[in-house]
Amino acid sequence: MASNGGFQNSGYNNDRPPSSTGSGDADVATDPASSSFFMNDYKKHDDLKQMLDTNKDNLKLEAMKRIIGMVAKGKDASDLFPAVVKNVVSKNLEVKKLVYVYLTRYAEEQQDLALLSISTFQRALKDPNQLIRASALRVLSSIRVPVIVPIMMLSIKESCNDMSPYVRKTAAHAIPKLFSLDPELKDQLIEVIEKLLADKTTLVAGSAIQAFEEVCPERIDLIHKNYRKLCNLLVDVEEWGQVVIINMLTRYARTQFVNPNRDDMIEEESEKAFYGSDEDEEKEDKEEEEDDKPKKKPYVMDPDHRLLLRNCKPLLNSRNAAVVMAVAQLYYHCAPRAEVGMVAKSLIRLLRSHKEVQYIVLSNIATMSVKRKGMFEPFLKSFYVHSTDPTHVKLLKLEILTNLGTETSISTIIREFQTYITSTDKEFAAATIQAIGRCASTIPEITDTCLNGLVRLMSNRDETVVAESVVVIKKLLQMQPQEHKDIIVHMAKMAQDITVPMARASILWMIGEYSDRVPKIAPDVLRQCAKNFINEEDIVKLQILNLAAKLCITNSKQTKLLCQYVFNLAKYDQNYDIRDRARFLRQLIIPGEKAGAFAKYAKKMFLATKPAPVLESKFKDRDQFQLATLSHVLNTKATGYREIPDFPEVAPDPTVRNVEVPTAWVADTNLLAQKKKKKGGKVKPAKKKSFYSDEESEEDEDEEEEEDSSDETDSSEEDSSEEEEESEEEEDEEDEKPKKKSKKVEDEEDEESSEEVDSSEEEESSEEEDEEEESSDEEPQPKAKSTKAKTGATSNAAMLLDLDLTMSLGDTLVNQDAEEAEVGSTVANPAAVGKSDFLMPVLAQDMSSLSLGGDTGGSTTVTAPSFIPTKTYELLNRITGGGLSITYRFTRTVSIFSEKMASVELTLTNSSDKPVLNVKIGDKKLQSGMEIFDFPEIGNLGVGATVTATMGINFADTTQPATFDVCTQEKKFSVTVKAPVGEQIQPVNMAENEFDKQQGKLSGMNENSGTVDMATENTDIKTISRRVYEVANVVQVPSMQDNTYKFAGKTLSAGALVLISVKLDGRKAALKVNCEKMVIGSMLLKDLKDSMTKKD
Amino acid sequence: MIHSLFIINNAGDVFMEKHWKSVINRSICDYFFEVQSKAATPEDVPPVISTPHHYLINIYRSQLHLVAVVTTEVPPLFVIEFLHRVMDTFEDYFGDSSEATIKEQYVVVYELLDEMLDNGFPLAMEANILKELIKPSNILRTIANTMTGKSNVSGTLPTGQLSNIPWRRTGVKYTNNEAYFDIIEEVDAIVDKSGSTVAAEIQGRVDATVKLSGMPDLTLTFMNPRLLDDLSFHPCVRFKRWEAERVISFVPPDGSFRLMSYHIGTQNLVAIPVYLRHNISFREGSGGRFDVSVGPKQTMGKTVENVSLEVPFPKSVLNVTLTPNVGKYTFDPVNKIMVWEIGRIDPTKLPNIRGSISLQSGAPIPESNPTISVNFTINQMAISGLKVNRLDMYGEKYKPFKGVKYITKAGKFQVRT
Repeated sequence: MASNGGFQNSGYNNDRPPSSTGSGDADVATDPASSSFFMNDYKKHDDLKQMLDTNKDNLKLEAMKRIIGMVAKGKDASDLFPAVVKNVVSKNLEVKKLVYVYLTRYAEEQQDLALLSISTFQRALKDPNQLIRASALRVLSSIRVPVIVPIMMLSIKESCNDMSPYVRKTAAHAIPKLFSLDPELKDQLIEVIEKLLADKTTLVAGSAIQAFEEVCPERIDLIHKNYRKLCNLLVDVEEWGQVVIINMLTRYARTQFVNPNRDDMIEEESEKAFYGSDEDEEKEDKEEEEDDKPKKKPYVMDPDHRLLLRNCKPLLNSRNAAVVMAVAQLYYHCAPRAEVGMVAKSLIRLLRSHKEVQYIVLSNIATMSVKRKGMFEPFLKSFYVHSTDPTHVKLLKLEILTNLGTETSISTIIREFQTYITSTDKEFAAATIQAIGRCASTIPEITDTCLNGLVRLMSNRDETVVAESVVVIKKLLQMQPQEHKDIIVHMAKMAQDITVPMARASILWMIGEYSDRVPKIAPDVLRQCAKNFINEEDIVKLQILNLAAKLCITNSKQTKLLCQYVFNLAKYDQNYDIRDRARFLRQLIIPGEKAGAFAKYAKKMFLATKPAPVLESKFKDRDQFQLATLSHVLNTKATGYREIPDFPEVAPDPTVRNVEVPTAWVADTNLLAQKKKKKGGKVKPAKKKSFYSDEESEEDEDEEEEEDSSDETDSSEEDSSEEEEESEEEEDEEDEKPKKKSKKVEDEEDEESSEEVDSSEEEESSEEEDEEEESSDEEPQPKAKSTKAKTGATSNAAMLLDLDLTMSLGDTLVNQDAEEAEVGSTVANPAAVGKSDFLMPVLAQDMSSLSLGGDTGGSTTVTAPSFIPTKTYELLNRITGGGLSITYRFTRTVSIFSEKMASVELTLTNSSDKPVLNVKIGDKKLQSGMEIFDFPEIGNLGVGATVTATMGINFADTTQPATFDVCTQEKKFSVTVKAPVGEQIQPVNMAENEFDKQQGKLSGMNENSGTVDMATENTDIKTISRRVYEVANVVQVPSMQDNTYKFAGKTLSAGALVLISVKLDGRKAALKVNCEKMVIGSMLLKDLKDSMTKKD
Repeated sequence: MIHSLFIINNAGDVFMEKHWKSVINRSICDYFFEVQSKAATPEDVPPVISTPHHYLINIYRSQLHLVAVVTTEVPPLFVIEFLHRVMDTFEDYFGDSSEATIKEQYVVVYELLDEMLDNGFPLAMEANILKELIKPSNILRTIANTMTGKSNVSGTLPTGQLSNIPWRRTGVKYTNNEAYFDIIEEVDAIVDKSGSTVAAEIQGRVDATVKLSGMPDLTLTFMNPRLLDDLSFHPCVRFKRWEAERVISFVPPDGSFRLMSYHIGTQNLVAIPVYLRHNISFREGSGGRFDVSVGPKQTMGKTVENVSLEVPFPKSVLNVTLTPNVGKYTFDPVNKIMVWEIGRIDPTKLPNIRGSISLQSGAPIPESNPTISVNFTINQMAISGLKVNRLDMYGEKYKPFKGVKYITKAGKFQVRT
């Protein structure tokens, strides 16, 4: 390159400190823009270089803008590279940004020089500003210089552990860039992807999946553990990410779940029945369904499959057409047939969008409408053609209208078609005629009407219309030639007037085929054609040959000579096809002396009855491609297209999607957690099932509720049994306090008592004792929290984990006193940490946006109760119960029956003089929405015996009591269980700013506040939190404000957030309760007030 | 995903290119030009074009073709939606998205394009976030920047990017707090020769301009939400509350945005606000007669304004000589399109236009009459009957000024004659 020398020079200049060049360049640079006028062509960029070399930001900026202008126009600006690249260190943000833009464009061409900038980016990767870190990574990964691959790898690895989700998102984007640069790194990149997939933030999810799709789409196993999280986060992911995630999950669903329409298929295709029943047996073994229908198991959808469909459904209302389409294809490919229909409405809505969107949506509808007519039938009129539609849109609409035609709707469709025929858009008019033909062939009732109409069209003035009609009539006649002699005659007469080759060819073929019906006309037509043979199009010539051959066979007397004449003409034709055909036909029709063996079969060959053509949609086989893909639109396999897999006959192991909590925290647990682990079991079931809780609480209106809840019971039981195993293992390992473990999960109520035994307190410990126990007995609370933090963060960066741990620990520990010291030895001085003011606001914000659990989108997780009340209520009096007395209390544990239920522990005592037999729950009188899960029947309650049983009640977030009958063998007692509102809440962990944000949202009517005068001794935090805990099952939110204490929970049934804040001002306390359910809010406030003012 | 973008004007000039991955030579556009040359109008260019190694996905908007190049399988709607969002963003930033504006603002355009995608995958598409990253230039800011040496590019990450309400920027402050909602409904209809409605649908949207300080939480309720059966929401709308209570509850983005759009389909009864009485006939030799009058039909007492008729005559028509009693007409002899601008319809004096059509000599008479497109606006009425009940604000203390406007317009309103 001629300017190479120039590079060197300016390179030198660059090396000089700006101060030395500053004075020299200043006068040149005063008006560089005008000077460029006089520059010679070969130095055309010198002025720009000078401007870049100055130390004035505005000149640099001006130069960069002009350079970017060149880049934008596609002009070559590569010779400016050395001058530009040194400005990468510019302090001016806009200059810097433009330099970045320039670098990504030209670095590939100037690799050596580009290396000069690398160190700047490496430095920027450590910058405290997340935007700078992110953009440094973006540019670094975009410059496509192979030499820096190791640096990129390192940066990506580092950045995916970054605290800022924005930087992690950028890291996810960088992965495919690096992969395309060096595919060898795949294995390493997969590790990074795995880490990013585990990320809980919605910001990262979409990009992580995109990286997954580009690098390792075959590693579906990486998805298992993240599946439920992805489903739950989906609604909150940004729209572009949603598209990618849904597409990936479609594939996932097709490989992991069985076909939801399997039962239909069995009905439809009886020969495949044996097939299905096999599957059913498998299913039975696996899922252990109830056995009330021994013969044929109905298909039961995997709850995870349902979860996906349910969480995608709201996205049909997205403003983004791509998202709606993605959901539509998910339903088309993965949903039970009955549910696919609901996507139609949303797709119709998209039709009013831009014409390009219309085109894509229509082509997808066209495919769907082939198989699922009924889906779009109600929207028939939405496909009527407007004269202003672009042609490709018109054609698609026509296709759909044709597909939708049924006996009832066809008459309106045909009437509509008639107006289309007169359209000035001839391509469209011709397509309409074909569409009429298709309607006529598929719906026999209208065939005659259509034929008559088409014959009338043959006298149309427009040639294309006529030609198209002829072609279509030919096809129709072929299906039922007997009745339509007159049409054939009519067409034969027209043969000489029609000039469009295809139409002529069609007429000739028809005359030849049905020559027996027009024996007089046929030879005459051949004669006329022979006369004009040399001027015909090839396609017509071929048909003339055919006609000649056929006539020669049926009517050789009249036509043999003509036939020979035509063959002779064809023999010298320019087209080899025609010559070949003539030679071939001659051998068969006019055999010479040496008659070929085939000649005698000529008649059979030519006049065999031909099968009628099947007129079908062009979109018939399009559904081999996944809908909404590029391949589908193009109807060919695009590069990188992945076939949509068939459903497996037997679903792969569904347990792989269960999140393995223990491995996550055992792996990087520290001493402290290890020490607490034996108690961890208490928390785990709650944690695990939180997935189900989300799915349940989120959409209670779902139609398959029943099915689901039964499934859930199954799986939660599974979970708990696993839990049991685990705890047993742990028991073996540690061999400490073995009793405590064993019963833990089976009977939740035992847990409490065993803990109490453990802390060597009496069974009936007072509340203070309880509290004390919590602080003395190895701090069950911080343990619970740390475990939770661990499990939530799973395999996130070690650094983040540590922070999580210290934060949550610190926040809980802040309220506790002496014993912390021993705990403190493991964590860096928790007393100091406890204040949590070491966390910079930025960090705290980052932390909070890193949602810790698998909850839907929000950064809240259900956690273990902080306090378990011992207050009991009477259910059945000893007197009225004839000796049987029952008391109940709320255990605040997550009910094993359903997430929405509060666990109620019943204590049954028989104080009569004979055993009570068969105690069980009888009739239930419940408010709508409420549910009861019975306790197992107690067969025999001996004299003086006391038995505890646990039942679950879903109060549906009301204060209505649950009324039911308790039956014994002889008697029936009607009892009511009333739950204080505080018991219908489960605690959730959230960060403070999340709390504040949610509180901000729940203002107005959703807010209840009041002030109370507290008893003096109640003003320390320990008491306040205890008071709150007594009333409501919530958990404290770590707060940085002094004298303000915040607590969070959510209602069991609807999952509405319940936020309590107590602001202390001397002895006065301002209470604020925010809850979407206004009744709960106000009741809770009342209860809290009572509790606060109560003296001990 | 998206590899490169080329912006092409009607003259076939590629005046901007942007590559998010390695550079693809602009000669790839030749495939596009080839297809374009076959299309009768720019609208007829198929949105997806396949070339041997690449796929071109294009949109046509504001007289410009935006051609995106992709190399592998990608949902085409993803790209199309993105391209339209790009144009939306330009319109939001510069007021329009014409070629001249884009050329003038190329630096901002280029910065925007760079920010929107990373490796071909959307990075920041929300208007509020982009506006914080790259400030839209206006005269005031330009002057201020020159004086202070500040730039339009922000040095910190917009807080919205990290929050779960990315559409709203923080620290918004207004002296006048106001929220305006425009309910705009477009009637799409096909009316046949005899005046009966073949198909009619309503496409409605609620466009909002919200200038409220702080973090307001708004709730919009309708008198008759049952009308809304099929709708799409801005991401800010809480879908669950809509499902449960049929109220629109949202924390709005700052500035103008489309809150929701809805569709009332062909199954519903749609009122048709105007009717056409027409008599168009062609005769061999002499040409033809044209006589059309317009009148209001179901307008609920509101006046129909901005009425205009567009008649695309057959190609064989040479000229028309017409006399309207209201408004004026123009005839484009090249495209054979007659436009009659009527303005307001005065019910006491129905607008009428009549006259003769002259045909090319020797040309056969057209076999079909033209389909007339009608345009109109009716203010203060939503044809579906949708009405806002109230707008409540939570989360902030001040009293905002609230306004709701209803407009009914003709969408694709066509009368077959």
